[in-house]
Amino acid sequence: MPDFMGTQAINMRIAVLSGKGGTGKTLVSVNLAAAAKVSTYVDCDVEEPNGHLFLKPEGIQEEEISVRIPKVDNELCNGCRKCVDFCNFNALAYIKDKLIVFDDVCHSCGGCVLLCPEKALTEKEKVIGKVQKGISDEVTVWTGRLNTGEATGIPIIKKLLVENSPQTNQLTFIDCPPGSACIVMESIKDADYCVLVAEPTLFGVHNLNMVYELVKLFNKPFGVVLNKCLQEENPAEQFCLEKNIKIVGRIPFDNELGTLNSNAEIAVNKNEKYRELFSNLLETVTKEVQHEAATNP
Amino acid sequence: MKIAIPVDEKNLESSVCVSFGRAPYFLVYDTETKGSEFIDNTAETSTGGAGIKAAQIIVDNKANALLTPRCGQNAADVIKAADIKIYKTTFSSIKDNLAAFTDGKLPILEEIHAGFHGHAGN
Repeated sequence: MPDFMGTQAINMRIAVLSGKGGTGKTLVSVNLAAAAKVSTYVDCDVEEPNGHLFLKPEGIQEEEISVRIPKVDNELCNGCRKCVDFCNFNALAYIKDKLIVFDDVCHSCGGCVLLCPEKALTEKEKVIGKVQKGISDEVTVWTGRLNTGEATGIPIIKKLLVENSPQTNQLTFIDCPPGSACIVMESIKDADYCVLVAEPTLFGVHNLNMVYELVKLFNKPFGVVLNKCLQEENPAEQFCLEKNIKIVGRIPFDNELGTLNSNAEIAVNKNEKYRELFSNLLETVTKEVQHEAATNP
Repeated sequence: MKIAIPVDEKNLESSVCVSFGRAPYFLVYDTETKGSEFIDNTAETSTGGAGIKAAQIIVDNKANALLTPRCGQNAADVIKAADIKIYKTTFSSIKDNLAAFTDGKLPILEEIHAGFHGHAGN
């Protein structure tokens, strides 16, 4: 066992993110989890979770996730429209002396129910998705799934990350949704370290900059993994050098790795070269977190 | 009867706006008095549900018909709940559409799109 596993790697949460999809978040987080052996992998990309395709967890337990949305009693409603005017997402309309609620547009803030002077609005539960838990070797695999068409996956991410908070003595890898919107903020909020995955293109730099600004805003320690590296010039690497950002790993643009990945294999378990690459990355990241914990307790 | 049209500018020489929910203004035209009124679409800059709010404005202004190049599902649900008919504009000019409507030449808008929900940086 590498020495970093023997140190105080307690309840360490590492979030993996990128400014767009397809840069390698799942590749990095799944392989880090496999390299760590005893660990937790949390798929927060709830609109299209795919970590389970590689980890193939067994013994799946699942739980439905609901939100509360308004239900109207049109007998009690006097048409004051306080709720209609209040709703920032325009989930309510008042037509022909009847209040109409658009369930899919509602963000479940509960404001309309609080405001209604006639108590014509009450709340009802609506299922928006589910969380699943399974085991893949020694990796505990959590997957969040948002039903198609729902307004936001944040309640599912809250569930995934709150459920995981009591799990001590384990490394947790959070596979974030792409981008830098609210749903990503929710995913990295309690992370101890952020790994930003970047592609070697100008477009990749643009996307890297989005998540770079986000992690700075959240004051998170972070490092960059350069994915799909070629021999030629790497604009993402240039960006890191200019901004003095720590590069914690480099993954080559490699046919062998691409083939393993497209066959839904975990590179760490199939190829010695990649076992070494991701073990080194894990060691680097773990040391970074510990260094951070020591200097900024 | 009163006709509502999403428009780009506050004048009759302007063109029909390609969007319903995110149009800057609505023209409300009265076929009896030939009077026209331009109203601000306060839904234009909504975080979400612009179609619903824009449709509420059309209903509140007591329009009997909506002339628009396209319309999303949620907006159409509101408009239809108010028994307002939705016609498809076939020209870019406001005047040409009003003339075609008066001659009964504008078709009913059949295709209602699913909307662009959550694609505005949700």
